[in-house]
Amino acid sequence: MPDLLLELFSEEIPARMQRRAAEDLKKLVTDALVERGFLYEGAKAFATPRRLALQVAGLPVKGQDVREERKGPRVGSPDAAIQGFLKGAGLSSIEQAKIESDPKKGEFYVAVIERPGRSTPDVLAEILPGIVKTFPWPKSMRWGTASREPGSLRWVRPLHSIICTFGPETEDPEVVRFEVDGIVSGDVTKGHRFLAPGEIRVKRFDDYAPALERARVVIDADRRKDMILHDAKDLAFAQGLELVEDEGLLEEVAGLVEWPVVLMGSFDEAFLDIPPEVIRTTIRANQKCFVLRDSGTGRLANRFLLTSNLIAADGGKTIVGGNERVVRARLSDAKFFWETDQKVKLEDRLEKLKSIVFHEKLGTQYERVERIAALARELAPMVGADPELAERGARLAKADLVTEMVGEFPELQGLMGRYYATLQGEHDSVAAAVEEHYKPLGPSDRVPTDPVSVAVALADKLDTLVGFWAIDEKPTGSKDPYALRRAALGVIRLVLENNLKLSLTSLLAKPFARTANAALFADFLKAKELVEAIEQSPFAPVVEHPSVAELAAIFRQRQIVEGETLARLMHARALDLLAFFADRLKVYLRDQGARHDLIDAVFSLEGQDDLLMIVRRVEALGRFLDTEDGRNLLAGYRRAANILRIEEKKDGRSYGETPDLQIVNDQGQIEEKALAVVLDGAKREAASAVEAEDFEGAMRALSRLRQPVDAFFDKVTVNAEDPGLRANRLRLLNDIREATRTVADFSRIEG
Amino acid sequence: MTSEPAHMNPARSFQGLILTLQRYWAEQGCVILQPYDMEVGAGTFHPATTLRALGPKPWRAAYAQPSRRPKDGRYGENPNRLQHYYQFQVILKPNPPNLQELYLGSLKAIGIDTSVHDIRFVEDDWESPTLGAWGLGWECWCDGMEVSQFTYFQQVAGFECSPVAGELTYGLERLAMYLQGVESIYDLNFNGLDGDRKVTYGDVFLQAEQEYSRHNFEYADTEMLFRHFRDAEAACRQYLEAGEPKPGSNDNRHLMALPAYDQCIKASHVFNLLDARGVISVTERQSYILRVRELAKACGAAWLKTEGGGLAA
Repeated sequence: MPDLLLELFSEEIPARMQRRAAEDLKKLVTDALVERGFLYEGAKAFATPRRLALQVAGLPVKGQDVREERKGPRVGSPDAAIQGFLKGAGLSSIEQAKIESDPKKGEFYVAVIERPGRSTPDVLAEILPGIVKTFPWPKSMRWGTASREPGSLRWVRPLHSIICTFGPETEDPEVVRFEVDGIVSGDVTKGHRFLAPGEIRVKRFDDYAPALERARVVIDADRRKDMILHDAKDLAFAQGLELVEDEGLLEEVAGLVEWPVVLMGSFDEAFLDIPPEVIRTTIRANQKCFVLRDSGTGRLANRFLLTSNLIAADGGKTIVGGNERVVRARLSDAKFFWETDQKVKLEDRLEKLKSIVFHEKLGTQYERVERIAALARELAPMVGADPELAERGARLAKADLVTEMVGEFPELQGLMGRYYATLQGEHDSVAAAVEEHYKPLGPSDRVPTDPVSVAVALADKLDTLVGFWAIDEKPTGSKDPYALRRAALGVIRLVLENNLKLSLTSLLAKPFARTANAALFADFLKAKELVEAIEQSPFAPVVEHPSVAELAAIFRQRQIVEGETLARLMHARALDLLAFFADRLKVYLRDQGARHDLIDAVFSLEGQDDLLMIVRRVEALGRFLDTEDGRNLLAGYRRAANILRIEEKKDGRSYGETPDLQIVNDQGQIEEKALAVVLDGAKREAASAVEAEDFEGAMRALSRLRQPVDAFFDKVTVNAEDPGLRANRLRLLNDIREATRTVADFSRIEG
Repeated sequence: MTSEPAHMNPARSFQGLILTLQRYWAEQGCVILQPYDMEVGAGTFHPATTLRALGPKPWRAAYAQPSRRPKDGRYGENPNRLQHYYQFQVILKPNPPNLQELYLGSLKAIGIDTSVHDIRFVEDDWESPTLGAWGLGWECWCDGMEVSQFTYFQQVAGFECSPVAGELTYGLERLAMYLQGVESIYDLNFNGLDGDRKVTYGDVFLQAEQEYSRHNFEYADTEMLFRHFRDAEAACRQYLEAGEPKPGSNDNRHLMALPAYDQCIKASHVFNLLDARGVISVTERQSYILRVRELAKACGAAWLKTEGGGLAA
């Protein structure tokens, strides 16, 4: 079966876009083929800095023939009808139609339309220009003379040529001709920019790949990565060193070369005084080079590995020399920063934070640090941290933002703070908190465990969340410029993975009051004046950090309408923030594999604001429903709820009252007496188990309901003739519903 | 370049480097311009780039442009940083299809042999918020060092470039340091001569770096500068208005796009000085950049109504 070879040859494609582009090309072409009924055996896509290539193997030579019969008018119909039929079916005379008959309609014409399958190259020539023109590059551009005209071709960088051939292995394939904005497809490409710049004529993928290989182009990015990794390890090993592996960097450098040649350079040992992370970041970010460590001591070595795109005439001497020059200059800068930064203590840098605006409405970094420090201190006892250390950690946490090093390498924020904190003799936990308060940065990032770090990390994230909620800048759809979802997930993971029992409401109350008042009210000049007026009032001691409710009360008391309105607005935003947390927790639990219906069942209970307890409850509920008792109780619950729903609707009233035990005892059957007794006990037992946070115990208590509930439905007719008895039985059913509500809202459970 | 005398060799002469690039690009049909006679932050500000990039008319130019970055001054103490340095700027509109090859040819002309040097085109998209301009391209690396910027202009002064121009910017001092193998800018041989007759970059510019760093960071008169900013902004608007085609007239050309644009350049440089003096807060910064951009956009719009901008006379 024949193969398709497609190559799009351009100027240098950004490394970060290559892999995705190759995948997109494969998908777009194969989808378009399949959509037209062309199946294939396999497809592979490749990318280098200068080309995207695609092989689709095992395509048919042409598409399926299509035979269609179209019914026409009756024989003897008026000429207009006959002509219309001929036109529609593409026939030139009625002799070309055959005549069929059926008992109802009599004799009528039938046109047989046979469409032979179209040749694959024709279809390719039709599909491909559109794919090229609408290719989903993250950023694309216009160029050259063609860009005079509106709507000219866009590509990631100028596109120079296209190869498109199609044919079987045994014969010479044909060039699939098409044109995109003046570029005509052919069978010619070019090799490596410097090592083999000449033109290469190719037939099909089987000779394309080796021809390029001879022309010093490795089309497969994974093979380039393997070559780099292999050579890098060999070079390192020969020097008794070990490569510090870096997958992201490897992927990037593989996208910067068509023919990788790894070379080793070195730098002055004196630079090793700089923290290894700094050396690595400098060399990686600016030079895209790997660093090495001593295989014995594990310490960073004064060597680096660069990946060049050239088999150099001088064996790479010039290239290494040039790279060493640049590395030396970069490390000199880093060393200068490292030494200069140590001359100023972190706490003396705080003043400078006053000039860094965190957000227009949320003040400067300095003000933010003040808030975080106060909050970290308040949180400390709840997470088992020393309040002094937590406050200190928070106070120093952002100081490294104004160091030279972090100014140059923002990605070293936190880490540099830790180094400088340690050097100036801070407590280990304080130094650790300075680094770790940013964590966790994503779902796979490590969660800090040192209580001081936990306090500062929580304070940092809560302040951010509360602040942006207070000024109504919450994430919408895919837009989350302040990474607030990540911050909320961070809080959730900090709490859960450290087994912290905390009420969200109380966690958020104070920072909310503090930020909300400052931020929101500063938004409205009038209100700001009001707050100031209040602060100077006899109420001042009460309102040091007034809660929103307190503030509202004060405004009301003083009959300040604007203030009261604002306080109410804040209240709504506070509730919204809680709902956001609930939402993020659901997402988190779902990602962890929890059933979404069980999460809903727990969330729909009132006052769920302890993250750890919610999770424990969901877990216990899941385990309970996996048991036979659990499943049967759920069935019993549903039966009760169904009957209730129907009867309550019919009667136009609810049966929420407690069942009358007198009626049960006097008129009830033995099964309903038993149910009433067990219900009463189970309800109380479950409630007190929940109180003691023993969710397993609560489920156990409920499981005792299963047998009496089953027996009740088995033997007792709910809709008794005696209206009093009937009503009381409905109340009993309601009681089953109530009992289950001690652990979850069973109505939300699915399956 | 074997026919050149030794003192013109780009590998030993800073001015030899400039002259070689000029000659090379002259051969590619560029007009060789002299630096624009105003203080600019980058070669792109020269009207030969900013304004000529707009409109349909073909254009090829090259020139060295002294560029001022007041904030980058280091009192002459840092071997790699200057508040005044040279860029060599090339613009070709529309970009020829072989612009990359032409660029590599220019490297060859200044003595960078691609059989031993590793030349790479590394993604670097360019954006100038003050000029309302952006483009896609690369930083060009030679043995791990960035030696040029290569950009296909997509938009300038808020207008789509039609056709697109290719822009090349060489950082001359850095390139010369590599070619000459020196570690400090100030050690660059300026005139390529030896002994008594040798003039270094330091001889020419060290004192200026020291004096201007003092000026930029400590003494530049901020009250005056604020005033100059307002004046330049007002003048720019005033000239733009005065140059507008008169209603009812047959002549629909704008008559003063270039003088107005000078005021935009001026505002931009004054802003950079104020920024270096540290008297512009983070929030104000944005609004100043926006104000300059508005001027640049208005000048671009005016330019498109001139003959140079493609308006049929």
